[in-house]
Amino acid sequence: MNVFLDNIGVFRDGVLVTLALAAASTAVALPLGVLLAVMRVSPVEGFRTVGTVYVGIVRNIPLTVVFFFSAFVLPQLGVRFSYFGFAVIALVAYYASFFCEAVRSGINAVPVGQAEAARSIGLPFHECLRFVILPQALRSSIPPMVNVMIALVKNTAVASAFGVTESLGTMELLANRESTAVLSVLIATGLVYLAITIPLGLLTTHIERKVAFSR
Amino acid sequence: MSEARAQEADTPAIVIDKVTKHYGPHRALDDVELSVAKGEVVVIIGPSGSGKSTLCRTINRLETVDSGRILVNGQPLPAEGRELAQLRASVGMVFQSFNLFAHRTVLENVTLGPMRVRGLSAKAARRRALELLERVGVHEHAYKMPAQLSGGQQQRVAIARALAMDPEVMLFDEPTSALDPEMVSDVLDVMRALAEGGMTMVVVTHEMGFARSAADRVVFMDGGRIVEQAEPEAFFAAPKSERARDFLAKVLQH
Repeated sequence: MNVFLDNIGVFRDGVLVTLALAAASTAVALPLGVLLAVMRVSPVEGFRTVGTVYVGIVRNIPLTVVFFFSAFVLPQLGVRFSYFGFAVIALVAYYASFFCEAVRSGINAVPVGQAEAARSIGLPFHECLRFVILPQALRSSIPPMVNVMIALVKNTAVASAFGVTESLGTMELLANRESTAVLSVLIATGLVYLAITIPLGLLTTHIERKVAFSR
Repeated sequence: MSEARAQEADTPAIVIDKVTKHYGPHRALDDVELSVAKGEVVVIIGPSGSGKSTLCRTINRLETVDSGRILVNGQPLPAEGRELAQLRASVGMVFQSFNLFAHRTVLENVTLGPMRVRGLSAKAARRRALELLERVGVHEHAYKMPAQLSGGQQQRVAIARALAMDPEVMLFDEPTSALDPEMVSDVLDVMRALAEGGMTMVVVTHEMGFARSAADRVVFMDGGRIVEQAEPEAFFAAPKSERARDFLAKVLQH
């Protein structure tokens, strides 16, 4: 455990980058996912097609491939960002599709009568969504959305292969430097991820209880 | 009265003109013609699958039709969009399963439409909502969630929610079919009071007592067609078609 205490500053820097990647990506991917879900249930066929095609493609390729696009194709198109920026773009592009599907499952779980009642009092489509469907759908999407967040936190690790020194990058660095204590480094890194993801899971239960309503 | 106003008074509230609708190969509505005058209470009865609910739902375009026209206050139903939303606001709808907004309080259920669609202030919408909730006898539950209310109470809230839009027409799609027997009369009493107040109503129901006492006209449907229509006394005393006689014999047996 000395390795950990000796290098606590290095670990801390890694954790902060992991948290920053996860927070920045979630902050953009979650609203984008809601927007994609709305597009997928929209009465406008063009929106539905764009949403369906986007999710169909992005969700079904490996995250690493998305990273390659972000880190190598975008710069060729003249887009300039730091490694961190390209990592966030890749994570947002990828996880928006997963958030979309989590929200869409929530929308589909709202009884059709709710939408009919909303239309019957004269609410236009976007207000039916905003005031009646989404508030109910988002509540029932909380568990699948947290699953997506947990996956996102873990997969920020992919960024280490693209020049971002987050927790996994830190682990590689320390494992090389402290070759006699590799096991301790590995365990410490595992604990770092658990320290982020387990509270996320616990938070779900808490939020769910707070926003619950019965039918 | 000016000629224009006289004409407006003569315009039927609802005209259903040669309406046909299929679900796959099944013919749900078959060349249906029906006209409802302003202030008239039309009760539609018939066996399950006769198309009566479908017909009711076509009037505010919750169901589209394959052919034919539907006019509300002389205006053909617009296609989906803002214009249709505006028309729906003036056509109240009460569902079999109440469909109260599950995440909002009783009061918010009633104020949502007036605030968003009619542009009422929160204060004005609230005052009007409480008034309507009192009229249907559930004002003491204004701050509860729908799931805390009985079916009969929820359905009366649903009626208040529809009335809050100041509708010109009210549609009732089997409003008491999902209720425990002791709740039915509370809801029917509210509906009867509305009918007596001059509301234009189309009511799909299995409550023959309500049809007999509150309807201006009874419409009997079977197989997607209107088989016969008459004033309630005439219809219940001597139905003309054999199909209606059979139906009445079965439902009035008990």
